[in-house]
Parts: sequence; C-alpha cells; structure tokens
Amino acid sequence: MASRLDGKVALVTGGTSGIGAGAVRRLAAEGAQVAFTGSNAEAAARLMAETGASFHAHRVEDAPGWPALMTTLVGRYGRLDIAFANAGIEAGDGSVESITIDGWNRLLAVNLTGVMLTAQAAVRAMRVNPGGATGAIIINSSMSAYRPMGNFVAYSTTKGALIALSKSVAMHCANQGLKIRCNSIHPGVVETDMIRGVINRAPDPAAARAQFEGMAPLKRMAKVEEVAALVAFLASDEASFISGSEYSIDGASTAGMMGV
Amino acid sequence: MRRLAGRVALVSGALRGIGLAIAERFVAEGAAVVLADLADSGASDVEATLARLGQSASYVKLDVAQEAAWQQAEQRVRADHGRLDILVNNAGVDCTGAVETLEFAAWRRIMSINVDGVFLGTKTCTPLLAQSGKLTPFGSSIINISSIMGLVGYADTSAYNAGKGAVRLFTKAVAIEFAQKRTPIRVNSIHPGFVRTPLLEIGMRKWVALGMAENAQVLIDGIAAATPNGRLAEASEIAGAAYFLASDDSSYCTGSELVVDGGWTAR
Repeated sequence: MASRLDGKVALVTGGTSGIGAGAVRRLAAEGAQVAFTGSNAEAAARLMAETGASFHAHRVEDAPGWPALMTTLVGRYGRLDIAFANAGIEAGDGSVESITIDGWNRLLAVNLTGVMLTAQAAVRAMRVNPGGATGAIIINSSMSAYRPMGNFVAYSTTKGALIALSKSVAMHCANQGLKIRCNSIHPGVVETDMIRGVINRAPDPAAARAQFEGMAPLKRMAKVEEVAALVAFLASDEASFISGSEYSIDGASTAGMMGV
Repeated sequence: MRRLAGRVALVSGALRGIGLAIAERFVAEGAAVVLADLADSGASDVEATLARLGQSASYVKLDVAQEAAWQQAEQRVRADHGRLDILVNNAGVDCTGAVETLEFAAWRRIMSINVDGVFLGTKTCTPLLAQSGKLTPFGSSIINISSIMGLVGYADTSAYNAGKGAVRLFTKAVAIEFAQKRTPIRVNSIHPGFVRTPLLEIGMRKWVALGMAENAQVLIDGIAAATPNGRLAEASEIAGAAYFLASDDSSYCTGSELVVDGGWTAR
C-alpha cells in the first residue's frame, strides 16, 4: 500500500468493529499511527495485534473522559492529524410513535453529541500541532441523512444533523485560518458483522440478504474496505481542497429513482 | 504503488488546466492516457505535452460537440489499446453575461460543448467501457467534471449554471441506468470550486474588459477572500479526486458528487 499517510496520527472512534475497524486497518496500512476507541476490549486486542494500533477504552458520549483521552493520545504520539468520528448506535430506536425518551436521549448522546465532542477534541488538538494547525476530520453520517427511515427516527435525525455539524466545523476552522478540513461521508448499506448478524438471524437469511442487496441500484452492499478507502482519501493530502462537503458512497442509492 | 497500471484513460480537454493535471496524474499512476483536445495533432503544445508525459501518453484531436469526432476518437482508442477503463468528460468553456442580454448563440454554444459533449462522450464510449469493465474487479469509471456552479446559482452565469447542473443530473441518471442493467461502469461527478486554470484567467480578463474590476488579480484576491479556505484550488487537487474515482478505491461510488471547493458551498 502506498504510504500516503506516513507520519500522520489518526484517531478512530468506535474502532473495534465494522467500518471503524476497517478504517483502523486501512489508515494503518497507509502508514498512519492509529489510536482507536470503543468498549469491546476483546475485539480491540485482536485489532491491536493485527495492526499495531493502540486501543483506548472510551465512549464518545463520555464528555468528562475526553480531556484525559486526548492527553494520553497527544502524550504518546505528539500530534493529531486525522479524526474519524465513526462511533454510532441504533439500538433503542423506533418510530416517532414508539420511541422512548430514554432511547431518544441515548441515540442523540452517542450519534450527535459524541460526534460533536470528537470534533471538538480533534480541533483543539490539531490547532496546536507542531508545525502549525493542520488536520482532517471525517464524520460518518449515513444515506439516512437524505432518506430517513420511519422506524429509526432518532438514528435518521442524528445522521441528518451531522451534515450541518460537519459544515459548521469546516466553516469555523476556515474562518479561523486553520488548515483543518471537515467532511461527512454517507454510506449506504454496508456489509458489517452487525448486518451479517441481522441477516443470519432472520427467518429466511437468503431473503433477508436479497433485501439488503436490493436496496442499492448496484445490487449489493458496500464492503467495509470500500468505505475505509474513502475515509483514507479524505484523510490524505489528496483531499487538501475538500472541506465542508458531503461524500456519498452508496452504489447510487440516493442518486435518484430506480425507474420502471 | 501505481494503482492504474494496465488501465486506459481518455481525458477530454486535456491540454491545459484540470484536464492536463488529471492526465499527468493518471500517467504517474501507471495508466495509458489518451489526451483529447481541439489542437491539431503535431501542434507544438501537443508535442511538448506528449514529450513531457512520455510513452504512455498519446493524443487525439477531438471537438466534444461533434458526434463524428467522438466516434473517430473512440476508434483510435479501440485500435491503439483495445480497451477503455476511464473516461473523463472534462472539456468545457465558460460563458458569462446578464440573462436579458445573453446571445442565444452563446447559450447554444456552451450547451453544445458542456452538455452535448458529456452526452456524446458517454454515449460513444459506453460499449467499449462496458466491455473493458468486465476485465477489472470493479468495472470502468466515467468521471464528469461539473462545478460548484452545478450546485448553486451565481449572478451573470446562468448558462454555465444550467449546463453544469445538467451534467450533475445526467451523471446520476446514467449511474442508475448502468447499475440497474449491470453494465460495469461507475459514473460520478466532480464539482470543483475556483481553480487556478487558464480558463479562469480568460474569464477574469473578460470580467476586467467588462469593467467589473480593475485587473484580474483583484478578482482572484476577491475569490480567495470569499473562499472559506482562503485560497483557490490548484488543478492537482482536482486531479486527486479524479484519481480516487478512477481507482478501485471508489468501487462502491456511483451516482455520487465529489465537491472540491474549499468550503465554498458549505455556507
């Protein structure tokens, strides 16, 4: 793998599984020193052994825990160049009629407040990078930001809000003259272990798989590695003029109507 | 690592600006690149560019507004390489002026180049792109260069806005069409903001001639100041996005719009 990210330090939240773990692997393969957070210590240990990345047990919504986490990271690596705000949940969601206030608050805490805290910590660290304020923040939104789901009211709402959050961060950094970019990515259905589990537990796994694959005009799900490749591009200096943008990676799911 | 090794690319409007930067980048990544532009084969700037890019670059004369010219260019690619993996519909012209005084001929001209050109290139090259797409794990790639002017309106730029907006939605329609038919071609658009190119400099001179500013530098400084990132893009920064879309790294991207504008449309 070309070493586009040599010398860069990356933080991936929710890095123990799925898209986050894929990003840890890809960023490390391109030469970055990677730190990742999450709460599954067993999965984290395997990923550390595989990639050489470091794991820091931390939940993104834990606001008081952020300063200590960043002190540890910057102490260890000396800087921060890339932050992939990836951590997100959907458990506890429901429709506008069925969702509980606890479920709603929990999803907003993780999917929205957690991303804001990630961006906040990242900008604060990147601002004082040795050699000048530089960095790239990538926010993992979803195609649900454009096509909200009726039975996932909180998830869809938070993913939509991340568009404005990302642009606000980008504008703030630009207004301040900081060379810190911020962009959002909008994956379609990705074949993560979580989705595989949903498929395998369905009464008719083949039908469930066909349903997920049929959601994109490309007639398949994205692979974790494909989303990680987009993250690596936006993290690299290749994307030096890209900021405040929304990048879809959805096999044409949101490009338009399927037609007849 | 040269991730485009073995791939063949055709880039329209490749003699200067964004097209040239894309051709240079693709060559550097190992692709065989056919540069297409209006100059005659053998013209001094054509020869100089080919000499600089080396043996993996070649040139074909192409007026993108002419269907027959596209057919000839496609036959050249077919004869020389037998395949086409990447088509970059980059050729374009600008057009400014208040809508009530804009000559209809000027409107027709920009549509014929900026819109017809993208349609004709896509139409003419699709059979070869589809055939070649079966040779690679994730298929062929069409990259249409739209603009931030295809996303948001701008005063005295209605024809350019309309044309670039058409490219944006043409891209999405064809992406869905190909996906549904299992045609192995991904189709995406790039939306650059203001880029330091000869086309921009020509446009600036026109605005100065129209009395809209004292000199071109005043306009360029004004654009830089109005761009959140505080500067114009370099053509190489657009080439980076084109390279991503050309490579297998973008294997799940189709119907997407990649905005490269230093935050211009984020406001």
